[in-house]
Amino acid sequence: MKIYVPCDSSAVSVGADAVARAISQHAITKQRPDVTVSRNGSRGMFWLEPLVEVETPKGRVAYGPVTPDAVPALLEAGMLDGKAHPLCQGLTEEIPFLKQQERLTFARCGITDPLSLADYIGNGGFRGLERARSMTSDAVIEEVVTSGLRGRGGAGFPTGIKWRTVAKAQADQKYIVCNADEGDSGTYADRMIMEGDPFVLIEGMIIAGRAVGATLGYIYCRSEYPHAFRTLQRAIEIGREDNYLGSAAGFDLHVRLGAGAYICGEETSLLESLEGKRGQIRPKPPLPAIEGLFGKPTVVNNVISLASVPIILDKGGAHYRDFGMGRSRGTLTIQLAGNIKQGGLVEKAFGLTLRQAIYDFGGGTASGRPLRAVQVGGPLGAYFPESLLDTPLDYEAFAEKKGMLGHGGIVVFDDTVDLAQQARFAMEFCAVESCGKCTPCRVGSTRGVEVIDRIIANRDREKNLQVLDDLCELMLDGSLCALGGLTPYPVMSAVKHFPEDFHARN
Amino acid sequence: MDIALAKKRIEGFQDTPGALLPMLHALQEEFGYVDEAAVPLLAEALNLSRAEVHGVISFYHDFRHHAPGRHVLKICRAEACQSMGCNRLIEHVEKKLSVKMGETTADGNFTLEPVYCLGNCALSPALLLDGQPYGKVTAGVADALIENAQRQSGRQA
Ligand SMILES: Cc1cc2nc3c(=O)[nH]c(=O)nc-3n(C[C@H](O)[C@H](O)[C@H](O)COP(=O)(O)O)c2cc1C
Ligand code: SF4
Ligand code: FES
Repeated sequence: MKIYVPCDSSAVSVGADAVARAISQHAITKQRPDVTVSRNGSRGMFWLEPLVEVETPKGRVAYGPVTPDAVPALLEAGMLDGKAHPLCQGLTEEIPFLKQQERLTFARCGITDPLSLADYIGNGGFRGLERARSMTSDAVIEEVVTSGLRGRGGAGFPTGIKWRTVAKAQADQKYIVCNADEGDSGTYADRMIMEGDPFVLIEGMIIAGRAVGATLGYIYCRSEYPHAFRTLQRAIEIGREDNYLGSAAGFDLHVRLGAGAYICGEETSLLESLEGKRGQIRPKPPLPAIEGLFGKPTVVNNVISLASVPIILDKGGAHYRDFGMGRSRGTLTIQLAGNIKQGGLVEKAFGLTLRQAIYDFGGGTASGRPLRAVQVGGPLGAYFPESLLDTPLDYEAFAEKKGMLGHGGIVVFDDTVDLAQQARFAMEFCAVESCGKCTPCRVGSTRGVEVIDRIIANRDREKNLQVLDDLCELMLDGSLCALGGLTPYPVMSAVKHFPEDFHARN
Repeated sequence: MDIALAKKRIEGFQDTPGALLPMLHALQEEFGYVDEAAVPLLAEALNLSRAEVHGVISFYHDFRHHAPGRHVLKICRAEACQSMGCNRLIEHVEKKLSVKMGETTADGNFTLEPVYCLGNCALSPALLLDGQPYGKVTAGVADALIENAQRQSGRQA
């Protein structure tokens, strides 16, 4: 009798460890040696965490959110046999939030024990690698090109094309670097994969290594994710023990810890940081694909980009490409965050509208108050009003509305939000996180905070709004990278769509 | 700072390429901060100037220049947590501990630090107490966590 209690840090943050202990304890007192508690990843339905699942002949039955105090009553009610209880959510796979998804990259997440290779292989793991091993490296790259996969880190650059460049480069050493800096507020898909299915990321990196001729990989994991870091370390050890990694396998992997700098999510800054330097932006060209880590040709890809590679190789590029719309192919891992009733991960073909994501999946605001603003794409993403909610989740559709899909995080705000304060925060964040390399960003963002403070204090308001506009223009045009270059997005979208918070405030 | 111990932690990464960040993390893990006295040791180990080492330490928000309190409380102040009232939570905690963000309480019990997203944005507001994650944190939950930690350090003292 297997009971699943997630080890995902978000589940742990609301008591999953205590729940697991309570169930084990109860099994001991009631002399049920047949009951074992297994720690799985999260299914991504965070409003139900800790979500406990029990195996029944019909499939897994879910209970949530479970507190340690509720455990005795749940067991009395027959939870071990999947019996009814107010916390019973029925068969997990039938919960509408999950049932309506198209889980490709997250196919295993929440189902398996993240550190069990047997679970991994038993659920389709390493099939992509196996197929890749039977193909030439060029054919592997073409499969990724065919899939239409675009980088999920934010810029949306075609992954296969990037790999081609690295494959063509001649060098004695090449690297695969996984960008696991996931700095955007409202995003946690990378974290979920690293904690819930780390082998899929490792498999993706091994395939990437074979495809471009790289023998060494690094995962740059942000320090705010201590659980993910430990899980990766352990997964790499296991991979080495079973000869998926290591010198005999032809590819080895290390995980490194970031140090709390948002800018280190930008790929060239990340490479500087991996080399042990200040995380300052490198001018491009040269592209990292030509001169990357330690000056060698390097693939830098986001966690989700790399974790999508195994299923593309397993099922074929065409299978993946057949999901999605326009030039956005495959699935997007949408992360519902902030003031949302049903916060969680939704993997779905590109093309769902923002409204469908927020209402059909998310169930509206958590506070029950009217939704007023939505920020998509992290701290550099635009604030959208209710009137833009019918925008489809697609790179080009968002760009058209002067927004950005970024890493797929959707942060919902209710009507208590003050967009002047949000604009101020965007500027302040840019000032705190600026790498200092160029003036429009370094000085402009500090000036931006001062100007918004004057607007809020109603000092020469209309004049200062003009100053803010000019300043944003300057940052947009004159910044070396997207931190300074995109901070104007949240600021100007706030002014444009929510003028009453700037012009008419008292 | 125990120099011999610091040297030992640094030596552990002597063969690591781009070793400065792993070394700094190891020192901070050992001592809770990166002591000024570690700078020449790092410079020597990596064949860098002291100024270069300084430059790296000061670039990253993570590395502390002073010993932290017995407990480190990191509260998320990024957008998803803002939408669920983290600014009020932060004010509440600042008042309760009589410190501002970035400071350590007079009794050396708590260091309060800001953090920009913990990846727990579906269960905002979020915080980390001594590396342990907490989500959906109300003022009441924060009080209980703080009081519990206080009792713990009381027992240790
Ligand atoms: C300020 C800034 C922060 C970024 N942060 C991240 C990040 O946290 N994670 C990420 O994967 N990409 C981030 N990126 C994008 C990377 O520079 C790069 O495009 C990406 O790692 C490439 O991988 P992909 O093609 O798989 O998306 C950031 C870019 C900028 C300008
Ligand atoms: S825009 Fe900002 S973060 Fe980017 S290079 Fe310039 S100063 Fe650095
Ligand atoms: S914004 Fe607070 S945890 Fe992500």
